Amino acid sequence: MGTLACGKVHIMEYVISVLLSGISVGGQYALIAIGYTLVYGILRLINFAHGDVFMVAGLLGIYLTATLPIPVSLPLVIVFTVLLGFTIERAAYKPLREAPRMSVMISAIGVSYLLQNTATYVTGGQPMTYPTIPFLSDTVNVAGTQTKWVVIITPFLVLILVTFLTMLINRTKVGMAMRAVSKDFETSRLMGIRINSVISVTFIIGSALAAVGSTLFFTNYPAITPMAGAMPGLKAFVAAVFGGIGSIPGAVIGAFIIGICETIIKGLPSNWDVSVFSDAFTFALLIVILAFKPQGLFGEAAADKV
Amino acid sequence: MSEDVLKINDLKVRYGGIEAVRGISFFVKKGEIVTLIGANGAGKSSTLRAISGLIKPAGGKVELEGEDITAKDSTTIVSKGLMMVPEGRRIFPNLSVLENLKIGAYLRNDDLEEDLNMVYGYFPRLKERSWQAGGTLSGGEQQMLAVGRALMGRPKLLMMDEPSLGLAPIVVQDIFEIIKRIHENGTTVLLIEQNANMALHVADRAYVIENGKISLEGTGKELLADEKVQAAYLGARG
Ligand SMILES: Nc1ncnc2c1ncn2[C@@H]1O[C@H](COP(=O)(O)OP(=O)(O)O)[C@@H](O)[C@H]1O
Ligand SMILES: [Mg+2]
Repeated sequence: MGTLACGKVHIMEYVISVLLSGISVGGQYALIAIGYTLVYGILRLINFAHGDVFMVAGLLGIYLTATLPIPVSLPLVIVFTVLLGFTIERAAYKPLREAPRMSVMISAIGVSYLLQNTATYVTGGQPMTYPTIPFLSDTVNVAGTQTKWVVIITPFLVLILVTFLTMLINRTKVGMAMRAVSKDFETSRLMGIRINSVISVTFIIGSALAAVGSTLFFTNYPAITPMAGAMPGLKAFVAAVFGGIGSIPGAVIGAFIIGICETIIKGLPSNWDVSVFSDAFTFALLIVILAFKPQGLFGEAAADKV
Repeated sequence: MSEDVLKINDLKVRYGGIEAVRGISFFVKKGEIVTLIGANGAGKSSTLRAISGLIKPAGGKVELEGEDITAKDSTTIVSKGLMMVPEGRRIFPNLSVLENLKIGAYLRNDDLEEDLNMVYGYFPRLKERSWQAGGTLSGGEQQMLAVGRALMGRPKLLMMDEPSLGLAPIVVQDIFEIIKRIHENGTTVLLIEQNANMALHVADRAYVIENGKISLEGTGKELLADEKVQAAYLGARG
């Protein structure tokens, strides 16, 4: 990357490869961003621990694939990540249901550090190499560019998962309960809805998607450190804000935009010397857009939680 | 004895140091329509919220069909057949009208067709708007939706907290007409109102709440004729 390509063919290939990897990174951010936006939608909580749950899912991937065959270990990664997300909510957020929102947020920051510190303890702080997942890591030729299968698969997988999630939320009883609880806890209770179960469901979905995202993301990533969840987590969070926090399509579209922007900037010719600023550029772009559209792309006009 | 659908004994509700409900006792018999009237801040909503499990009472006992439901969680209470129309309607603005009705039957797993038709029978306007978002309805329509939603739970007791609040007089008339019909069709109703005139006209029996205590009780007719009630709640002079 970064070398100025000469000749039309090379430029085309170059553009395609940048777009492909942008879409793929965006898709991975999208899987994390949904977790932020779902939890925010229902609890009005920015779950600072979510990026670290994503990191733990990565580590689980390393440890589990080391001892178990892939068809067993990858589903287990999802199961354990879901358990982690569920437990975090029950232990750190549920007891603070009636507390001021700031207290819950501090609790979330605490959980985030707890996960990072535990990861440091377990790994000894050493960067851990993510295993090569067959097929996902295999290379494929697309329009003359070499890329990994994971890059091709990610956007499709994201679309399938988002379609399922949207159907769950719009067409099922539990989805209806999620939408009701996101507006009004008390009246939801009066309908007989167990709001704690509904809240748990959102954490379960968010964690499961983060687990899937971790496998896709870390396959393309050199190593996992205890901080490995921070940056993708932050970007996914920004994607969720950008799309209008609380909105699933918003989070997905926001994530794709961020992924593509970031990859384009990183892929600019190296003699322009801008690629190191890709994160700062991405955030600057968002600030500009949010200045014009404070609620994000699909955000509600006001926080109308009763 | 067991024909008491609801029996409240010495109910108390406290918010920190404030005692909002100070030992209230009353009952509702099967098939009755009973009203609790009282001024703003008298403790009416607190009473209903304690009955429906939204807040824990500080003392006293709540029995539904002879079963102790004091301080049970609201899911359990709803599952036993107690549905509430909350103050301010509180329909779900982001759910369609149809979904708002379906969510009233959240704990039921049987067919809802018959009940939907029943609700649409009371409120034909809801049928016309069944695909519209609840939040787009007018205040009166939202109140009808809130009542319909509660009916979808097939309540043994329907509790309504100030259904006339903030509605135009003509709409209030409609709502009370419907309450009468719902009652005539066999639903037991506990109605909370500040609009004492309307409430006492439809009620079999009534209680007056003042400062968290019951100060008067009697049939609707008796209270309508009561001088103190007339002076304090019916706007009569002298
Ligand atoms: N959540 C609360 N916290 C503190 N005080 C409350 C709360 N809800 C109600 N109160 C107080 O309790 C009293 C009774 O209120 P309420 O039951 O709402 O009366 P009503 O429904 O008859 O108007 C009032 O003085 C009110 O200010
Ligand atoms: Mg009230």
